[in-house]
Amino acid sequence: MSAVQEFFRRDRVFDFMVPKVVDGLDLSHGTVLYMEDVSVAFDGFKAINNLNFYVNAGELRCLIGPNGAGKTTMMDIITGKTRPDTGTCWFGARMNLLQMSEPEIARAGIGRKFQKPTVFEYHSVFENLELSMAGPKGVWRTLRARLSALDHERIDEVLELIGLSDEAQRLAGALSHGQKQWLEIGMLLMQNPLLLLVDEPAAGMTHQEMDRTVELLTSLAGEHSVVVVEHDMDFVRALNSRVTVLHQGSVLAEGNMDQVQNDPKVVEVYLGE
Amino acid sequence: MFLARILKHDRGGQLFLLTLLAVLIVVPILNGLPADHALHLSTYTVTLLGKYLTYALLAIAVDLVWGYLGILTLGHAAFFAIGGYAMGMYLMRQIGERGVYGNPLLPDFMVFLNWQELPWFWHGFDQFWFAALMVFLAPGLLAFVFGWLAFRSRVTGVYLSIITQALTYALMLAFFRNEMGFGGNNGLTDFKDIFGYSLQADSTRIGLFIASGLALGLGYLACRALVKSRLGRVAVAIRDTEDRARFIGYKVEHVKLAIFTFSAMLAGLAGALYVPQVGIINPGEFSPLNSIEVVIWVAMGGRATLYGAVLGAIGVNYAKTWFTAAFPEIWLFALGGLFVLVTLLLPRGIVGLWRRKQESAS
Repeated sequence: MSAVQEFFRRDRVFDFMVPKVVDGLDLSHGTVLYMEDVSVAFDGFKAINNLNFYVNAGELRCLIGPNGAGKTTMMDIITGKTRPDTGTCWFGARMNLLQMSEPEIARAGIGRKFQKPTVFEYHSVFENLELSMAGPKGVWRTLRARLSALDHERIDEVLELIGLSDEAQRLAGALSHGQKQWLEIGMLLMQNPLLLLVDEPAAGMTHQEMDRTVELLTSLAGEHSVVVVEHDMDFVRALNSRVTVLHQGSVLAEGNMDQVQNDPKVVEVYLGE
Repeated sequence: MFLARILKHDRGGQLFLLTLLAVLIVVPILNGLPADHALHLSTYTVTLLGKYLTYALLAIAVDLVWGYLGILTLGHAAFFAIGGYAMGMYLMRQIGERGVYGNPLLPDFMVFLNWQELPWFWHGFDQFWFAALMVFLAPGLLAFVFGWLAFRSRVTGVYLSIITQALTYALMLAFFRNEMGFGGNNGLTDFKDIFGYSLQADSTRIGLFIASGLALGLGYLACRALVKSRLGRVAVAIRDTEDRARFIGYKVEHVKLAIFTFSAMLAGLAGALYVPQVGIINPGEFSPLNSIEVVIWVAMGGRATLYGAVLGAIGVNYAKTWFTAAFPEIWLFALGGLFVLVTLLLPRGIVGLWRRKQESAS
């Protein structure tokens, strides 16, 4: 009986009727990312446990939580690196992320910065941005690609934004740690993403660099949605945004920094240490 | 225009191409001198040089996938050998009635095995255009299927190297078998002529030498153009940080597959030019050791420069020819010793020396 009821549920569409990859993003509901009932286990360990998580268009959101709370796994799921055991994951109202490969997701408009800064060390800063540019990425098109004046303009614009204009011709491997972090954010921006996932942008940064990063991320919100994972509480406070606390693979609390910090549950598992 | 664009900033490449051009002009002239002249170059030497040139082309193919794409292939000699077999089949069919058994259709080894008709895959090889097509298609197809399976499953690093090694070993065992129809243990040999010109004639030898030189030059330019394109930069990006390239939106598998297949075709071309010059192709060419040797050439010359691969291939093979004549017992020790020394002292190969000087000067 319950199976029949499951079959006739009115809030679901049959799986085979759901379109796989849809061109264009549907943001008519104002939400850029939906994750619902997502669970994933590695060898019995539940890394993500019935997670529900939504991000609004243009929002800046911070994600905090103790080690092993599932922050990076969650990013892996959104970008297609890890497939969840159960649950759904939608980009806009109509793009099913669970059906898309990593490059497809990247081209649909989700950019990801890794925990460790990963840039192409043997390419110049300029070339790093060139390679990251939105546009056709097929083998043949890449072979024939030429930089147009418009492309140059766009790269210069991003160089300006991330403050690396003077370093454009230097090898990315020769940059400082903080500069690499900015370059990586710049590489994401070249793809014109709608959603930026930024994993620990402030790690290993000096205070001045941190302030610049806060400025950069805040300026990006609005045009892009930005999700920041960070351990440094001062940095999170400086971002002054909505905060989601993850614990044992699910959302423990959500709100602004003060609300979250005074939440007894949060104090118990995390901040109270 | 095109040449100027791809060779800009490539001092080593310019030097290499000019040298190659000079060699292609001077060697036939020296060969044409009377035999008692002091500068006379014997046809044997010309053929030896021609062989080195085909090795150099093979080394470039390996450098393209190893130096720029980061795939340490330990099986590229397999593509070289398959290209060689395609050419060998054409040369076998050219023998016609002049074989020991005088069968107009079947090569000698088939008559010897009491075969009544030509196997299906030997049809068409009496036409040069068909054989020439197969020189590219057969290694290309093998590389495509192999690469598709390997790259799609994201096999990388040392595991991929081991599989490429297994590939060439499996092919060697298969080609050793008589029923495969490629002459078994003996391979294909006893060739008579190519396009109707005798393979023993000096002029044919010179022609093959020049063809090898041209193939090497064009192969270099093609690889250089690829490396200079955005695709080349994506390849290096994949070599250094595969995940980043993937999350930026590149289909890493497709890029790897395309370049790997192209490289296999180049190796096939090198093999096809090698076979008429040495006069034989047998399963020994598939030996895993051969593939490893190519990697040593590239490492010695200098990775990710293309011309370094040429230098390494020719240098090591010259040393090999000299050593195996002068001190045959110690050649392998010498090769191993050279490799250890280069790895320890010159991680960027022989051309690294020159580049380091250049960089410290600037």
